[in-house]
Amino acid sequence: MPRITYIEPSGNQTEIDLPEGWSLMQGATSNGVEGIEAECGGSCACATCHCYVESHADRLPAPSETELSMLDHVAAERRPNSRLSCQLKASADLDGMVVRLPICQS
Amino acid sequence: MTAPIIIVGAGQAGLQAAESLRSEGYAGSLTMIGDEPHTPYHRPPLSKAYLLGEFTAAQLAIRTPEALAKKGIDLRTGITVSAIDRATKRLRLTNGDELDYAHLCLATGARPRPLPLAGADLDGVFPLRTLADTQAIAARLPSASHVVVIGGGFIGLEFAAVARKLGKAVVVLEAAPRLMPRAVTPMMSDFFRDLHIAHGVQVELGASVCALLGEQGKIAAVHTGDGREFPADLVLVGIGILPNAELAQQAGLECQHGIIVDACSRTSDPAIVAAGDCTARRLADGNLLRLESVQNAVEQGKSAAAALLGKERPFTANPWFWSDQYDIKLQMVGLAAGCDRTVVRGDLAARKFSAFHYRGRTLIAVDSINSPEDHMPARKLLDLGLSPAADELADLSRPVNALISR
Ligand SMILES: Cc1cc2nc3c(=O)[nH]c(=O)nc-3n(C[C@H](O)[C@H](O)[C@H](O)COP(=O)(O)OP(=O)(O)OC[C@H]3O[C@@H](n4cnc5c(N)ncnc54)[C@H](O)[C@@H]3O)c2cc1C
Ligand code: FES
Repeated sequence: MPRITYIEPSGNQTEIDLPEGWSLMQGATSNGVEGIEAECGGSCACATCHCYVESHADRLPAPSETELSMLDHVAAERRPNSRLSCQLKASADLDGMVVRLPICQS
Repeated sequence: MTAPIIIVGAGQAGLQAAESLRSEGYAGSLTMIGDEPHTPYHRPPLSKAYLLGEFTAAQLAIRTPEALAKKGIDLRTGITVSAIDRATKRLRLTNGDELDYAHLCLATGARPRPLPLAGADLDGVFPLRTLADTQAIAARLPSASHVVVIGGGFIGLEFAAVARKLGKAVVVLEAAPRLMPRAVTPMMSDFFRDLHIAHGVQVELGASVCALLGEQGKIAAVHTGDGREFPADLVLVGIGILPNAELAQQAGLECQHGIIVDACSRTSDPAIVAAGDCTARRLADGNLLRLESVQNAVEQGKSAAAALLGKERPFTANPWFWSDQYDIKLQMVGLAAGCDRTVVRGDLAARKFSAFHYRGRTLIAVDSINSPEDHMPARKLLDLGLSPAADELADLSRPVNALISR
């Protein structure tokens, strides 16, 4: 299982082994990682699962048009490495990936 | 030991109340009781991605039991609260146990409105509210070929889209003259009717179901009042929900189509708050507003936690909602009832547009089709009370966002 490191807004780090096919949002929220709200449960409809991709960015598929539009309206600062974690699916390729969670989601 | 805060109902609203209590500093004991056998889970995907096999049940969980335990939330699943004695501040459970509470948060949600017809209990007739409902549908779908959906609301239409994607013949029977009559304007009803027809769904409006017929206990056909028969081997009933307010009502709390709460989620008993689908919110003008949405559950859950800690955190944001059908994402904000003018921005035929609804000159609601770049700023416009003029909106070269920071 790919291991993902989440850096919470407090700086606290949590490593989670995600089953393949799970979204990075699902891995974080189900395990109680702080810093993600994910109100829409992964429908790409709320923009409250914003994360900053700190590594492995080149192994991610490009964001969809919907994701890009939603990213324009995230609550925290949007950066070049901003993504919606519900749209990122765990795969063997992403083992060792690090994502940072923003200071706010809404 | 002091009595705990007890949350009745382990859904989105109950979970939010519990976690907000912790994040706002409540360190005392906290118990959440739910009658379903699961930790709180996301319901919206039940009628969307889950039935298409895109998610497993484990992926629907909002938190694992361990994550809740870590926050000091004592979750007890598979247990029903059967009565509240407000005089002694004690709950009775169906297993015979009794629990004392210091404060109570009612987050009991809602249940599907039953179809009041003979045959509604035939094998192959399903509601769609819980994970268990959805698992029962998923088990039946592979062998089904003729699906009849009773009720053209959000859940029925989302399910119709899923069933079409799986290659089933699908009929939607709606008693009203248009789809989703309670939730959207006639223009949106027409848009979704055309969308479903284009995907091969037979949409029957003004079709009131009068009987469900079975063969050897299994559903075989649905009859409508105008004498037509629709063959069916799977029927989905999506005719709305009823708030689970009986527990509160029997305890003497003020209820009317839901547990009545104020903007801060307070009930008529100072020791009890309520949140989510089980509530009806009293507005400043005295009217009652019933919302059935994730946003409402989350916001009222936050307000309820604050109220229990003696703080006022009114829920005043405009309601928002979304729905996924085929490759269409509908995002709505505000309440369009009472609108007298609609300005369309974008291209209806290309299925990418937003409908801005006005009452007089005041913007009251915005429905966006595949246009999140309109929906997100529309939420801000409405929450700030801004009403852009029609010609400003129609100009596609100017993003809606640009209308906020003037
Ligand atoms: C198929 C489907 C699709 C949806 N799609 C969307 C969508 O796209 N967007 C959106 O915003 N909303 C959607 N919704 C609505 C949204 O899921 C609900 O508004 C939200 O889940 C309400 O949360 P709640 O906590 O108030 O109630 P619930 O989730 O119903 O939770 C209440 C819980 O309390 C339990 N309970 C009740 N009485 C007792 C008792 N006496 N003792 C113990 N436990 C009890 C119930 O069994 C239930 O588990 C959808 C709902 C469904 C069913
Ligand atoms: S969870 Fe809502 S957009 Fe990702």
